[in-house]
Amino acid sequence: MSTAGKTIPIASARPQPSSAFEYLTTKKDELIGWARKFSLFPYPFVTACCAMEFMAVSSSPYDTDRFGAALPRFSPRQADLLMVVGTVTHKQAPVLLKVYEQMCEPKWVMAFGVCATSGGFYNNYAAVQGIDKIIPVDIYIPGCPPRPEMVIDGIMRLQDKIAHSRHPIVTGNF
Amino acid sequence: MAHTVLEALEARLAATAGTVSFAHGLLVAELEPAALPKVVALMKAEFGFDLFLDVTAVDWLGQTPRFEVVYHFYSTQHHVRARLKTRVREEDPTVDSLIPLYGSAHYMERECHDMYGIVFRGNPDLRPILLYEGFVGHPLRKDYPKTQEQPLVPYRD
Repeated sequence: MSTAGKTIPIASARPQPSSAFEYLTTKKDELIGWARKFSLFPYPFVTACCAMEFMAVSSSPYDTDRFGAALPRFSPRQADLLMVVGTVTHKQAPVLLKVYEQMCEPKWVMAFGVCATSGGFYNNYAAVQGIDKIIPVDIYIPGCPPRPEMVIDGIMRLQDKIAHSRHPIVTGNF
Repeated sequence: MAHTVLEALEARLAATAGTVSFAHGLLVAELEPAALPKVVALMKAEFGFDLFLDVTAVDWLGQTPRFEVVYHFYSTQHHVRARLKTRVREEDPTVDSLIPLYGSAHYMERECHDMYGIVFRGNPDLRPILLYEGFVGHPLRKDYPKTQEQPLVPYRD
C-alpha cells in the first residue's frame, strides 16, 4: 500500500443508476417451472442392457448436460428424476418402490426403454409388465434400446411438462 | 472321433451304467439316479473331470418318468466334456446332491430346484436363489402357465 505516490482506485459502493432491468413480472408457476426443468437431478435405476444407451446419451456427443439433466445422484433423496433403465422383475419391484418412495417431492419418473414401459418381449413369470403397474410414470421412451435422440426428445417433453404444470410451494403436507 | 479318455470312460461305464453314446464330440451317458454319485466320483477321480459345469433339467410332460436331470462335466486336463442324464419320477423328483464332490453344486442345484422342483438329497440349503420366498410352483415346468405372475408389490389401478 505504501508505494510512493500511487493511489489504488476504489469503486464506489453506491450502485450507479443504469438502464438494465431490475424487475421482472411473471407467474410463480412459470418461474418455478422454468427453474425446475433445467435442474433435473436424475437417479439412474439401471437394471439391464439399456444402461449402455443411457451411458451413450449422458456422455458426449449427446450429452444430457445441455438440458440440465446430467448429474446423476446416487441417493434417491437427492434426486428428482427417477430414470428406470431396463427390465424390472417381480423380485426387484419392492426395491423400485422403495427408491421411489424415498425421493422427495417434486419428483418425476421416466420409463427408459420398452421393458420399463411395458415389459417388452418379456411376458412371463419374472418380468413386471411395465413399471406403471407399481409407480406413476411421467414420460415413456420406447425402443429396444431407444436411440439417444429419442431419450433427448423424452427429456425435452418432460421439461415441457414440468414448465406447464402447477408447482405448489406450500402444500398440506409441508 | 472321440477322445481316448472318453473312449476309456465309455468302456468303463458300459459295464456298469446304462446307455452310453457320443453326441457332438461329447460323451452322453444315461444312468439310474442311484448310480449317479458313484459314476461322478469315478469320473472325477480317474478320468480327470474336475469341473462341474451345470446341472439342469428337462420336463418331458406326459412321459414317465417325467423329469430328466442333466449334468455337464469338463476335464481341464484332457479338454473333453461329458453329459450325464438321469430320469426321476414326478411324485418323487429326488436325486443325490453332488456337494460332497463339487462345492459349486450348491448354487446350481438351488437354481435347478427353483426352476424345476428337483430335490437334491443332501443339499442343506435349497432356498430360492433366483426366485423369491413365497413363489408358488416352478416356472420352467411345462405345466406352469406361461404368463402367470406372482407380484410382490400390489399393482396400482
